[in-house]
Amino acid sequence: MSLALREVWTAFRRAPGLGVLSVFTVAFSLFAFGLFGLVAYNTRLALERLEERVEIRAYVTEGTETDAVAAAVGDIRAFPEVSNVTYVSPDDALKKARIEMAEFKDVFEPEFLPASLEVRLKPGNRDPDQVKAVARRLNGYPFVDDVRYGEEWVQKFYSVRRAATAAGIILGIAFAFAAMIIIGSTIRTSVLARSREIGIMRLVGATDGFIRAPFLIDGLLKGLIGGMMAVTLMWVTRAALTATVFAFQFFPTPVLLLGILVGAVIGLLGSALSVGRQLKRV
Amino acid sequence: MSSGPTIIKFTSVSKSWARGSGGLQKVSFAAAKGEFVFLTGPSGAGKSTILKLCYMDELPSAGEVRVSGVSSLSTKRTEISRLRRTLGIVFQDFRLLEDRTAWANVAFALEVTGTHHKAIPPRVQKVLERVGLGPKMQAMPSELSGGEQQRVAIARALVNDPFVLLADEPTGNLDDRASRAVFQLLKDINTSGTAVMMATHDLDLVRNSGFRSLELNKGALVYDSSDAPLPEKEH
Ligand SMILES: Nc1ncnc2c1ncn2[C@@H]1O[C@H](COP(=O)(O)OP(=O)(O)O)[C@@H](O)[C@H]1O
Ligand SMILES: [Mg+2]
Repeated sequence: MSLALREVWTAFRRAPGLGVLSVFTVAFSLFAFGLFGLVAYNTRLALERLEERVEIRAYVTEGTETDAVAAAVGDIRAFPEVSNVTYVSPDDALKKARIEMAEFKDVFEPEFLPASLEVRLKPGNRDPDQVKAVARRLNGYPFVDDVRYGEEWVQKFYSVRRAATAAGIILGIAFAFAAMIIIGSTIRTSVLARSREIGIMRLVGATDGFIRAPFLIDGLLKGLIGGMMAVTLMWVTRAALTATVFAFQFFPTPVLLLGILVGAVIGLLGSALSVGRQLKRV
Repeated sequence: MSSGPTIIKFTSVSKSWARGSGGLQKVSFAAAKGEFVFLTGPSGAGKSTILKLCYMDELPSAGEVRVSGVSSLSTKRTEISRLRRTLGIVFQDFRLLEDRTAWANVAFALEVTGTHHKAIPPRVQKVLERVGLGPKMQAMPSELSGGEQQRVAIARALVNDPFVLLADEPTGNLDDRASRAVFQLLKDINTSGTAVMMATHDLDLVRNSGFRSLELNKGALVYDSSDAPLPEKEH
């Protein structure tokens, strides 16, 4: 093992530029992924907070029989997506409005505020498609005048989240490929530089695994260092964003560790894919 | 004479390559434990190919090579590595690592085959003394004569205590005096029980030694001195 590490160090000194480039590409791969990941993650946190407040409000036509509405409430409660239905009478609506908008309390007269049903959905059933589906079914009741829900902002948050995730995945994968190609070509250079030693190793009976080990460790280390660098870059970026835009939530530790692990895998894969082919040439 | 158990056995071995002529045609012979065998013949006759087949750098196109119980018909890569740890191999061009000392060149063979690091120094010291390089253990290859460099290569080949030493024209790059000295060393190694298979051009060396010789021509084994009475060859 110490012999393999010595070989890694020798290889690095032989081509330090290529070594640093490999590490940086791994770092940028994970950074690109992480940056958009951070946006997606924060959007999701925001969405979760907002989703808790997602409610659909179905306005009841004036003069509807209370019995008919009560029967419908029972129906709606039985929808699989629905967690809770509350009937808000015009009086309740007025009280609530008066509390929420105290400065306008004199403006409100009971007849301005129609009765409504406040429908809340279960967690996991709050994405735009399901909200829309439930709204459409509520609209089907003859006594329902109009249905309102926070369609626009839910839609907007979802599309931000989707775009950030997609951008992160695409850029991250592109950089990951670049990193693997660069690490692979580094291996090519160091296999060539060591072709004489490799020839002698084979002659005296070193196993293939033993001959490969320094190259694999080389890639693994580059990936690990790149991964840690990406985490550091992420942390600095988050600090900068928090100072200038708004308080970004950082990834939880397991996610950071996973990021470093992915870096190691990129490095290992890059060298593993190249080393067999290169060793056949010498 | 060959009396011990067989360590190398070629059975109708042919070798050809997709490109070009050459190779071997139906070569059969056996070498016994502790034997000294010369491979002779003009350049291109197939001497190096036979040695490569022995350490399984090449595999036969037809026939079978058996070395110390390992058959060319059923070899796995790991089995070949294990086989090579029990062989010693030297070449005309020494194949030393120029960036490290004689000592480090010999130690390398032990390091890369997983020998415990504490066991390495005494073995390296012993084998370098055995080939007469005790005083020059810390010299770089470039500071050594051709003969001395070949001794380093022989020390590296011997350090794993091989049962056979395969030598491909080991004196080919050396002047007369150095050649005799290296050959003397190979004879000493053989006397102590290691079989030697040596390819050479030097027919005087072969004739005067009295050892068995296999003569190749255009890939065919044309003469095996152990099949014929020795005196016939001498005039
Ligand atoms: N890898 C190879 N590909 C094609 N031909 C080869 C290869 N190795 C050896 N040969 C041919 O096989 C013949 C024997 O070569 P070799 O064993 O090196 O001869 P020697 O060592 O007796 O000089 C030569 O004609 C050579 O050109
Ligand atoms: Mg040859």
